[in-house]
Amino acid sequence: MKFPESILRPVKLIRGGMHLDHQKNTAEVESVVMPAPKTVYIPLSQHIGAPANPIVKKGDNVFVGTVIAEAGGFVSAPIHSSVSGTVADIKDLTIGNGTLQKYVVIDSDGKMEKDPELKPFEIKDYSDIAEAAKQCGLVGLGGAGFPTHVKLSPSKDVKIDTLVINAAECEPYITSDYRECVEGLNDVIDGVYLIKEKLGIEKVIIGVESNKPRAIELLMQVAADHRDSDDSVKIMKLPSKYPQGAEKVIIYSATGRKLPAGKLPSDVGCIVMNVTSVATLYRFIQTGMPLVAKRITVDGTAVDEPKNLIVPIGTPIKEILDFVGVDMENVDRILMGGPMMGNPVVSDQSVLEKRNNAILAMRDKKPQPQTACIRCGRCADTCPMTLYPAMVETSLRVGDTQKLGELNINYCMECGCCSYVCPAKRDLTQVMRTAKAELRRQK
Amino acid sequence: MSKLLKVTSSPHIRHEDSTRGIMLDVIIALLPAAVYGCILFGLSAALVLITTVITAVAAEALWNLALKRQQTIGDFSAVLTGLLLGMNLSSQTPLWIAAIGSVVAIIVVKQMFGGLGFNFANPAMTARIVLLVSFAGQMSNYVSPIDVVSSATPLAKETTFTLKQMFFGMHAGSIGETSSFLLIIGGVYLMLRRVIKPIIPVAFIGTVALATLIAGGDLKLALFGGGLMLGAIFMATDYVTSPTTDLGKLIFGVGCGLITFVIRQFGSLPEGVSYAILLMNILTPHINRFTLSKPFGAGEVAKQ
Repeated sequence: MKFPESILRPVKLIRGGMHLDHQKNTAEVESVVMPAPKTVYIPLSQHIGAPANPIVKKGDNVFVGTVIAEAGGFVSAPIHSSVSGTVADIKDLTIGNGTLQKYVVIDSDGKMEKDPELKPFEIKDYSDIAEAAKQCGLVGLGGAGFPTHVKLSPSKDVKIDTLVINAAECEPYITSDYRECVEGLNDVIDGVYLIKEKLGIEKVIIGVESNKPRAIELLMQVAADHRDSDDSVKIMKLPSKYPQGAEKVIIYSATGRKLPAGKLPSDVGCIVMNVTSVATLYRFIQTGMPLVAKRITVDGTAVDEPKNLIVPIGTPIKEILDFVGVDMENVDRILMGGPMMGNPVVSDQSVLEKRNNAILAMRDKKPQPQTACIRCGRCADTCPMTLYPAMVETSLRVGDTQKLGELNINYCMECGCCSYVCPAKRDLTQVMRTAKAELRRQK
Repeated sequence: MSKLLKVTSSPHIRHEDSTRGIMLDVIIALLPAAVYGCILFGLSAALVLITTVITAVAAEALWNLALKRQQTIGDFSAVLTGLLLGMNLSSQTPLWIAAIGSVVAIIVVKQMFGGLGFNFANPAMTARIVLLVSFAGQMSNYVSPIDVVSSATPLAKETTFTLKQMFFGMHAGSIGETSSFLLIIGGVYLMLRRVIKPIIPVAFIGTVALATLIAGGDLKLALFGGGLMLGAIFMATDYVTSPTTDLGKLIFGVGCGLITFVIRQFGSLPEGVSYAILLMNILTPHINRFTLSKPFGAGEVAKQ
């Protein structure tokens, strides 16, 4: 074992961003495997891109890991059963974000039997990595849900020189990636070397925020591994400053390269993978078990005993919250993901999806009153993309779409910083979304 | 039926700073100089301050009532406007003139342009200018704090004050402008609380100092003799009427400094801070427009 070089410092730091109250209450809470729910509702659109097409029918017997839906296109991902049991129905429901979506409803037999046909995936060459990611049903587990195999199949004319492993976990409350580093460290290490070797990538940078010193210590083992003969795998200590884990921000910190709007990381020679995605992919290659369960942090202001759970995909949120002992009387809103970028769900009938990494049950504080914009400029000062949300709001209000275009709102990644800092409590992030929609409508 | 949940767009947490909190911070920062002014100039100064604050709040409340708008006096911006106006007046100002000033500030300069956040010029300062041109005699009746006899401000007349007297405020002037020391302390408080950035005050004061040095003027008079500290720290940094961008703030501060110097040096008026800020207020939207930064990654040619 060679002695690892010191921890890297960021090459460049983005302007803006801000310090949040980390609330990593569950950092040292070991994950608990949640028992099989009686019924799972598995959505067929858990990723960016086309929904998957179901290949099972009512009454079919399925096992854990059985394919129940095939990818509906290149930018799509297959879906697998997360329990063993019987397909009860395939129907449209509005339990997700309120829009109609197709679900495969499976009644569990409680045995959680693995599909006997699952077998390790053999990696022969370059393109097999992407194929493995596809068969695993892997999507960006940091929250975006972009199908991983698309990311791993860059066009032939771009050269990828850097693999950035994202373990920043900059959203408050969430510790599921950190727990992956602790509980699945060997899968992370082996996964990193497998991807690096098979894709022929020169350099690997694993980015971790400074508020997770133990994760940095553990991940140092990746850099210290005997396979890293040329010392090309490095750990980078990132400042604990939101939104450090955003794709553009972590690429800039790791390589100093700026990713323009509308471009993919591969356009600047990078692939960015979430640390849990790496471990999940490696486990699939070893065992053949696809992405059927997810480690999530269950926390929030309405949760007395926050926990990390490993939960089958498609489990209703109500059952998860019951398992953690949350009193629904105290819950005003439920968020899938962190408090900055997470999505609220319309009801506790909603289910866990692949891309979710946390469920936050929040009790509302008394909101502070909204006032007129006092043009303090904090939104612009904190915007990591150097945009001017307050000016966007003015232009949107007067319907000046030409000005909206000049204000470059398509660079906005909706990180939420502008709304967070606004002393007038204006909903600037929503203004940015509305402005983008308005521009699209005009085109 | 399961429980109904609230659905709002992200982010779902907010920083605790509020408009009201920011206004309170500015008021807190002004208080030492205001209290000192009352001690220095006596009861008449306190009465002027009370009049301007109460009239400003009343004017805003009545305007909102008359137009059936949401009541906004709770954001404390009217209190701040009243206090700032009062601090910019002489302790000898007749109370009815002070009250007119508050009404002009709140109704004409602020509310008629749309209220908080929409006025293009600083209400307190513009009101002071309106009073100055309307009631020139009563408005320039200053007293010396030492013997309470009529006296010109140091800028208007050659004086023999020491640097210490000038800096700590033992001279004639508006109620709140005399003690540069206390005003600077207030400014440092605002900077530590991150309410204001140092760019505008430093650029403003620095430009005046530099221009005065080059012209061979009296530096202690230029810096501490008039309304420079009050104007540069508390009026020129008004969010609504100063540029948002850092480069814009620099241009704004230097512009204020130059105009102040030119008026003092070549104009027929002894003091030019108010006019300088007002002129730069008018330029603020244009300064903003020409100093916007490019977004992150714009114009980057994809590597490879």
